[in-house]
Amino acid sequence: MTLIRMNVNGSAKSLEIEPRVSLLDALRERLGVTGPKKGCDQGACGACTVLADGRRINACLALAIQYDGCQITTIEGVDHPLQEAFVRHDGFQCGYCTPGQICSAIGMLSEYEAGMPSAVTDSGGLGEAEIRERMSGNVCRCGAYNGIVGAIMDVAGSDAR
Amino acid sequence: MKPFAYVKPVDIGAAVAAGAAPGAKFLGGGTNLVDLMREGIEQPDTVVDVTGLPLSAVDDLPNGGLRIGALVRNSDLAADRRVRARYPVLSQALLSGASGQLRNMATVGGNLLQRTRCPYFYDEASACNKRDPGSGCDALDGFNRSCAILGVSDDCIAAHPSDMCVALTALDAVVEVTGTGGTRRIPLTELHRLPGQTPHIETDLAPGDLITAVELPTATGNSAYRKVRDRASYAFALVSVAAGLQIENGAVTDIRLALGGVAPKPWRARQAEQLLAGGPADEAAFRRAAQAELASAAVRPGNAFKVALATNTIVATLRELSNEGTRR
Repeated sequence: MTLIRMNVNGSAKSLEIEPRVSLLDALRERLGVTGPKKGCDQGACGACTVLADGRRINACLALAIQYDGCQITTIEGVDHPLQEAFVRHDGFQCGYCTPGQICSAIGMLSEYEAGMPSAVTDSGGLGEAEIRERMSGNVCRCGAYNGIVGAIMDVAGSDAR
Repeated sequence: MKPFAYVKPVDIGAAVAAGAAPGAKFLGGGTNLVDLMREGIEQPDTVVDVTGLPLSAVDDLPNGGLRIGALVRNSDLAADRRVRARYPVLSQALLSGASGQLRNMATVGGNLLQRTRCPYFYDEASACNKRDPGSGCDALDGFNRSCAILGVSDDCIAAHPSDMCVALTALDAVVEVTGTGGTRRIPLTELHRLPGQTPHIETDLAPGDLITAVELPTATGNSAYRKVRDRASYAFALVSVAAGLQIENGAVTDIRLALGGVAPKPWRARQAEQLLAGGPADEAAFRRAAQAELASAAVRPGNAFKVALATNTIVATLRELSNEGTRR
């Protein structure tokens, strides 16, 4: 067992864990932070997306021990216009992917603002194609993609459809 | 997941020593290894976390090339201004792989050593010579849509999954490795092995060999990456093409071509390059070269389509590059 310390949503946390515990399990099962969801547990769905030191990652493929000393933000620690926008645009049906979608979108918007290119980047701002490509790591089995994209475009101030 | 000991060395010598111990495995971003450990396919006794090592820089080389630390995250490398300007094929390949979240985690060294996504490698109920040597290969007569057609053997047809490696192969990248016997440099084309009768041995690396950097020679001109897959994003390649092309007076003066999704290793298309070098830069020449490269393809019913798909993708990528060359 190893003692690790993380700042989770603004609170200092320390916990004794085995090295094989994922960040997702550490959050959900040890700290009771159940916003990040376990969808596939293999990095294929994005429901577990959290922000580690501001960068979006898949918490299911992260060993918690590798994030000792990091600042972790989950949906519980988010206060962002995207949350209202998801409601306005019907960006969900069952809601299971939503915490990951919103954390991912926050990370994506900061990546975009920092100049991160994408596979579809040409010249035309953060339009629908850009958002769909940059958010492809978050799967929604209800198929609420149009609402999700609409919510993100709304917050990003995109106008090009 | 089987329990393991965890160490996080802070210098390369200690990492190499720890990695050379029996049952040890290096851990970078974890996006592949953690998944494989959870599935029981990898069962290391000791995980050597190398992310505390000082290998996260991208530096200009005096000869105009670039030195990329093994711990540079895939997203940071894709965004690097020098990579985007001088090696667009590399930035494009990185951005076409995985997702934003995974690119933020995955390292260059880990990407070089990521393992196949052949479904039978992942399914412990199946025969797989790579996972369990001597057990057979259920992919041969199974669901082999994703599998390789070049460089395969009767023991394994698993495809190498990386996009980054395809671009690096086209760029003549050299991998710097530090092991128990010191530091050496391996051309990327010689890092990975073809399966033959030992598909479980995937590289020329020995226990303890730690990839510390990748070096790129001076960029030679325009380059591009084109990836074809079953959905528009966030999927492994059925076929991908990394190409660099320079044309003067209608003739090819420099050609680099590498293929992904079709071989057990990032595939440098030397035959096609030889046919194109010095010749006309037109569609007929592109097609002849592509067909020659694919002539030795060994297909199965599920992946026979890859011959035509790879041929057409090579032609399309070279056409795009030659048109860009003309427009300049």
